[in-house]
Amino acid sequence: MDWSFVLTQTLTQAIGIQAIIYCLAAIGLNVQFGYTGLLNFGQVAFVAAGSYAVGVIVLTFDLSLWLAILVGIVVATIIALLLGIPTLRLRADYLAIVTIAFSELVRLTVRSIAFKDVLGGAQGLNGKIGQDFHDTNPLPADFQSLPVLSWTRQDLWVVIVGWIVVALFTLLVWLLVRSPWGRIVKGIREDENAVVSLGKNVFAYKMQALILGGVIGAFGGIVWAIAKQSVQPDTFRPEFTFFAYTILLLGGAARVFGPIVGAILFWIVLAGTGEFLGQAIQAGWIDFLQPTDVGNIRFVLMGSGLIALMVFRPQGIFGDRRELALDAK
Amino acid sequence: MPSDSVTSSSLAAKAKEALATVDARPGVSKPDPILIADHVTRRFGGLTAVNVEHVEIQRGAITALIGPNGAGKTTFFNLITGFDDADEGKWTFNGRQVSGMAPYRLARIGMVRTFQLTKALSRMTVIDNMRLGAKHQTGERFFAAIFPFLWNSQEKKIDQKSMGLLERFNLHEKVADFAGSLSGGQRKLLEMARALMAEPELIMLDEPMAGVNPALKQSLLGHIKSMREEGTTVLFVEHDMDMVHDISDWVIVMAQGSVIAEGPPDAVMKDQAVIDAYLGAHHDAQLTESGQALTEDGS
Ligand SMILES: Nc1ncnc2c1ncn2[C@@H]1O[C@H](COP(=O)(O)OP(=O)(O)OP(=O)(O)O)[C@@H](O)[C@H]1O
Ligand SMILES: [Mg+2]
Repeated sequence: MDWSFVLTQTLTQAIGIQAIIYCLAAIGLNVQFGYTGLLNFGQVAFVAAGSYAVGVIVLTFDLSLWLAILVGIVVATIIALLLGIPTLRLRADYLAIVTIAFSELVRLTVRSIAFKDVLGGAQGLNGKIGQDFHDTNPLPADFQSLPVLSWTRQDLWVVIVGWIVVALFTLLVWLLVRSPWGRIVKGIREDENAVVSLGKNVFAYKMQALILGGVIGAFGGIVWAIAKQSVQPDTFRPEFTFFAYTILLLGGAARVFGPIVGAILFWIVLAGTGEFLGQAIQAGWIDFLQPTDVGNIRFVLMGSGLIALMVFRPQGIFGDRRELALDAK
Repeated sequence: MPSDSVTSSSLAAKAKEALATVDARPGVSKPDPILIADHVTRRFGGLTAVNVEHVEIQRGAITALIGPNGAGKTTFFNLITGFDDADEGKWTFNGRQVSGMAPYRLARIGMVRTFQLTKALSRMTVIDNMRLGAKHQTGERFFAAIFPFLWNSQEKKIDQKSMGLLERFNLHEKVADFAGSLSGGQRKLLEMARALMAEPELIMLDEPMAGVNPALKQSLLGHIKSMREEGTTVLFVEHDMDMVHDISDWVIVMAQGSVIAEGPPDAVMKDQAVIDAYLGAHHDAQLTESGQALTEDGS
């Protein structure tokens, strides 16, 4: 049993590219659900918008990656308006239903044969999507690997910039939630009529939160497309959104650092159990499982862990239990 | 400023004086109405919850809206403030047609209400509840919010004003507590103080005394009177007839959705139609305790 392999692999994934992508999606959900109380079950649609904006602009239209990022932001904003205008005046559950349906609609549309020329159909878009970004890589050309973390030169550059993007959005959220703007959205989360009665345009604030959360999610998709140099329609399944919610709840909703802690923990558990089980089966410690079972077992473990967390620490790792207790009037 | 308070309390006296010459009949017009409502109707299926032909609220006065349970008082509040949509009807506020206007805009132009079921935001602190009430905050705009130096000084002024009001409402020791940890009566007080942060011209209070202990009631009465002294028009719903008798300049009575009587408190409480509405027809009793009311006669 190679313990050091298990540890290095786990650590590499815990702060790797996937963790960054999910972290960004979860920061977006934190703005929408954690602070404003909006149930967006279609965050993956915003992530897909970011990825496809990059793929289509760079690969299909052969334009610059920087323009593509701008397009990603605009498309995410348009989606938020499209989803928000009809639903945000209604009860909270309408947004939940519409967003989850919309996210599947997006996936089925982008993979359909009808738009194959532009969106690549079921094969998606593959090619030098992130080249403009990778050309800026300042790491020495003969870079091999860091001591413990086994990233390639290209991945390491994505990881560095990715965490900087996470830090910037975290700072933005931190500034917002401690401002009068944050006070209003927290009021809306609890009782929007109370906020309306004080003369605040609640609809506009919900819309702003939906757009901001969606744009941050789209950055997850942008990072994804650049890092993988590929956009695959079937990676944008509803599970993605639910994993992002898991991350948010792990770290604690309505906590500024919740998504970061949650994402790292999520990948420690997921990668750790995966690598450990794989090694244990190889070493003959476990004989009732096949190596192919590992992928599923780790999600079973993750689910059990989440249930245990909700029972014993419903506020998440960072949350404040007193705030939850106050809900019961 | 003493000279100020003299002029404003004379404002209140003026309102009282003006009302003295007004007839006591439903739908009567007032010398200086801040709110005029016409044909306001709201139906829930087959039930007509509100059907008000015409009603006017005098500026600068304290007007009580009373009536038995289910009379339609809360529904009328909801319609006027835009929280519910009327089936028919038009109303003006300060001479401006406001029927159909969004509730947040009505609050901005000076019509602020509280709720029968208190809406203190329990997961926020008392002071944050108060701050939320303040108008025209720079830091409430998305891009300005990111730069604290743009709104810090305004926030300080808001805090001072909040502290002043909290002291008046005896909540100044609870500033940093979560509103959820307050008692029911304290939440009523907080909601009222928070509404005052929004600087209303017309404040509409839905049962401000419900669940408030007798000692506190006295000070609440004082607060409501002082709102009038400061030039705010008060319209409140209340079941406590002694309180209604004590502080209101004018009383409007609703029953089964319509205004059935109006007038100064003394006259209204002796009105046979009002007593019938409250106690059922052919009943011989007075509505206030001071008039040995509500108990059966001949006991
Ligand atoms: N959302 C609703 N749906 C159906 N009926 C309603 C609704 N809201 C109120 N009603 C009905 O309208 C009538 C008036 O209710 P309202 O709450 O306005 O009475 P109220 O005068 O405020 O009574 P109370 O003094 O008990 O608070 C009642 O018969 C009530 O059942
Ligand atoms: Mg009522």
